[in-house]
Amino acid sequence: MTLTALALQLLNGLASASALFLVAAGLTLIFGVTRVVNFAHGSLFMLGAYLAWSFGEAFGDGVAAHWASVLAAAAVVALVGVAIEALLLKRLYAAPELLQLTATFGVVLVVRDAALALWGAEDKLGPRVPHLDGTVQIAGRAIPEYDLFLIVVGPVVLVTLTWLVTRTRFGTLIRAASENRVLASALGVRQALLFSAVFALGAGLAGLAGALQLPREPANLNMDLAVVAEAFVVTVVGGLGSIPGAFLAALIIGLVKALCIGLGTVEIGGVAVAFPRLTLVAEFVVMAVVLAVKPHGLLGAPPPVLASTPLPEQRTLVLVPGRRAAVAAAVLFGALALLPAVVDDYLLVLATDVLVATLFAASLQFIMGPGGMTSFGHAAYFGVGAYAAALAFRHGWPMPAALALAPVAAMAAAVLLGGFAVRLAGVYLAMLTLAFAQIVWSIVYQWDAVTGGSNGLVGIWPPALLAHRASYYLFTLAIVGSALLLLARIAHAPFGFALRAARDSSLRAAAIGVDVRATQWRAFALAGAFAGLAGGLFAFSKGSISPETLAIPRSVDALVMVLLGGLNALAGPLLGAAAFTWMQDELARATDYWRAATGVVILAIVLLFPQGIGGALARLRPRRRPLAT
Amino acid sequence: MSAAPVLAVERLSKSFDGVRAVRDVSFRVSAGELCALIGPNGAGKTTCFNCVNGQLVPDEGRVWLAGVNVTGRPPREMALAGVGRTFQVAATFASMTVRENVEVALLSHAGHGEALLARASGARRAQADALLERAGIAALADRHCGALPYGDAKRVELALALAGNPKLLLMDEPTAGMAHADRDAIMATAAELARRDRVAVLFTEHDMDVVFGFADRIVVLDRGRVIADAPPDVVRADANVQAVYLGTA
Repeated sequence: MTLTALALQLLNGLASASALFLVAAGLTLIFGVTRVVNFAHGSLFMLGAYLAWSFGEAFGDGVAAHWASVLAAAAVVALVGVAIEALLLKRLYAAPELLQLTATFGVVLVVRDAALALWGAEDKLGPRVPHLDGTVQIAGRAIPEYDLFLIVVGPVVLVTLTWLVTRTRFGTLIRAASENRVLASALGVRQALLFSAVFALGAGLAGLAGALQLPREPANLNMDLAVVAEAFVVTVVGGLGSIPGAFLAALIIGLVKALCIGLGTVEIGGVAVAFPRLTLVAEFVVMAVVLAVKPHGLLGAPPPVLASTPLPEQRTLVLVPGRRAAVAAAVLFGALALLPAVVDDYLLVLATDVLVATLFAASLQFIMGPGGMTSFGHAAYFGVGAYAAALAFRHGWPMPAALALAPVAAMAAAVLLGGFAVRLAGVYLAMLTLAFAQIVWSIVYQWDAVTGGSNGLVGIWPPALLAHRASYYLFTLAIVGSALLLLARIAHAPFGFALRAARDSSLRAAAIGVDVRATQWRAFALAGAFAGLAGGLFAFSKGSISPETLAIPRSVDALVMVLLGGLNALAGPLLGAAAFTWMQDELARATDYWRAATGVVILAIVLLFPQGIGGALARLRPRRRPLAT
Repeated sequence: MSAAPVLAVERLSKSFDGVRAVRDVSFRVSAGELCALIGPNGAGKTTCFNCVNGQLVPDEGRVWLAGVNVTGRPPREMALAGVGRTFQVAATFASMTVRENVEVALLSHAGHGEALLARASGARRAQADALLERAGIAALADRHCGALPYGDAKRVELALALAGNPKLLLMDEPTAGMAHADRDAIMATAAELARRDRVAVLFTEHDMDVVFGFADRIVVLDRGRVIADAPPDVVRADANVQAVYLGTA
């Protein structure tokens, strides 16, 4: 490849970096002031793109019309941001951060389906930008004028935001609130107004970014999570809360990706390496390197001592399951084994789904409950397990061997991510796990030759012995039952106690000789393995898998199941999985917009039980022991 | 010839952003001795303390534990090398019973903290109950630790700190936040344990009644330097110390 071609790609990378910076800057601003990481920020970007398309159609051609449509889109998205803040987040500022994040996740689902309803499933092609639709000759190569324009936009926004934050009264208020919310409010800063304004600004930036990106990339329904995952990587690399950091990180990531594309397929030591396919991996590598050297990002300060609010369930006494629990479990699984005798095939399939979901949710409960770590990308392990089993099976492995590979492969993925994850906590961890899951999803989605791309893999059926619905159900029941038993055992073994000790007080745990990071890392690996096993069972129960298997919405499903069932209750994953799977089945039959319906359910749960359902139930239960002196 | 002191801090220095919080600090604590580390706010107590417990790595100087150079080891390794500690704000495991708290510590020190399939609760019951007895909270064994009154939580911490049979016990403001009667009681427990088991104790403390009532020796810091290192009577009469505390020169 020539140097000029490379330079061309770098310019392209700079243009992409601008949009990414706008999104990340908004995210960082909102976080700085409200301490909420807005998972729906990518959805605001997507809305910006779709709205710009609609306004473009309505306003017609011409320079003024085009730019009016861009600004109108940004303005409407700013209003949507204000509405989200006023209707939802305002009620959740005091809630545990896990629930804040989950709530914004609900918004993602609602916005996705709203976009589907309003604009349909087809991509919306962007307009040609009047006066900027030509190319400029640089070193004999044609460069789109619009790219050059975007390259300028990034620094202009950076300078404007910096001026706004450092030189205006509004900026002073933002900085005061970022430093110390309580003090700022005690000094008379009208917090409600400030939060609304910051949300409007942040959301407006995301909307603007989407509208500006439209001429380069058609508006589509996958934009939301793709963009938010990238924005998370950028903010984590740049340092959460730092606007210049976000700019720097967006530049670096934009350039590294451009470089990968520019390099093309290169022969390295006799092996052809297709760099363009590595762009997603490259992003992750950049993040890994930066976090290894600077755990708080390039320009980030160590996270302010956040009064991270744990769920009340994390402070309640966890009882070691006694004989009664063992008997109850035995009776329950005995009864479940009789199910094929009484229900039809449809219900058996649903029951198999519930069992698979139970194991998946239990693995998440393990790291969220005893582990105290938030995972927003747990589907990655589920999916890696499913794909590993499916691929092994299609390469001629017998079904039991293929199924056994599922937890091993998923554990490998969890070990890889866990290495970074255990250095982080709270919102950083949530952002990292989501970004990782999105990257895994993108790799599976794009790697046609191996994973079948968007079509997935088909023909993954168990051998004749297990081919019948009832026999596969019983097989699943046996495996899931054993796995749950094992998980419960681990949770109450010395390892599980050390893990809980690290969660309850990491300082104290270290002071009694517990290796906090190693313990949490192992927990990550274990949870990954169990999720992978669930994924393997899933693949053989469906006969086919698609990238949906490891998409973010599946991570949300598990999260909701855990929240429904409670972080501590042994039967929690089963109850949560049963309730949620049944609900989704009903919703899927009732409406095409089951995703939005799920989002609404999530929002309802969070708003009605701002301390978590498990916490609410814990308050209803009579206490076993007197707690006061 | 006497054995090496349990703790020897040797010419310790630590700066933050160019400000020298601790300069050239040296002192020793012997087995069975209660040594108080005191000084006005900003004198460098906490920095010094954190260099000994492993939370900070000193810029210069050495920390010796029973003749072994442990400078710069992280808290976990300090714990395994024989340093037990209590925190200024009592840190216990809120989701466990009092006995389980101690059992976790015992399992960890015994090297069994990683076992995946054994049973944890009740695993070291006798040993745990003996420790709770020593800390004076045997009656609370089955109580939910997260719901204990503060004074009791401090005692759970003491039991946790003793679980590894430490050579050195570090107590950061052991009586902070406690009622007066409780203060003397917990210090009396600590002092008794230290003398009986020949544990060296280093503690910081704001309450001068506690310091002069229980310390065998007092190290006084001011602006990062040691200005006195002597038994309570001598320190009480020291003109330098009086100047620092009373503001007269």
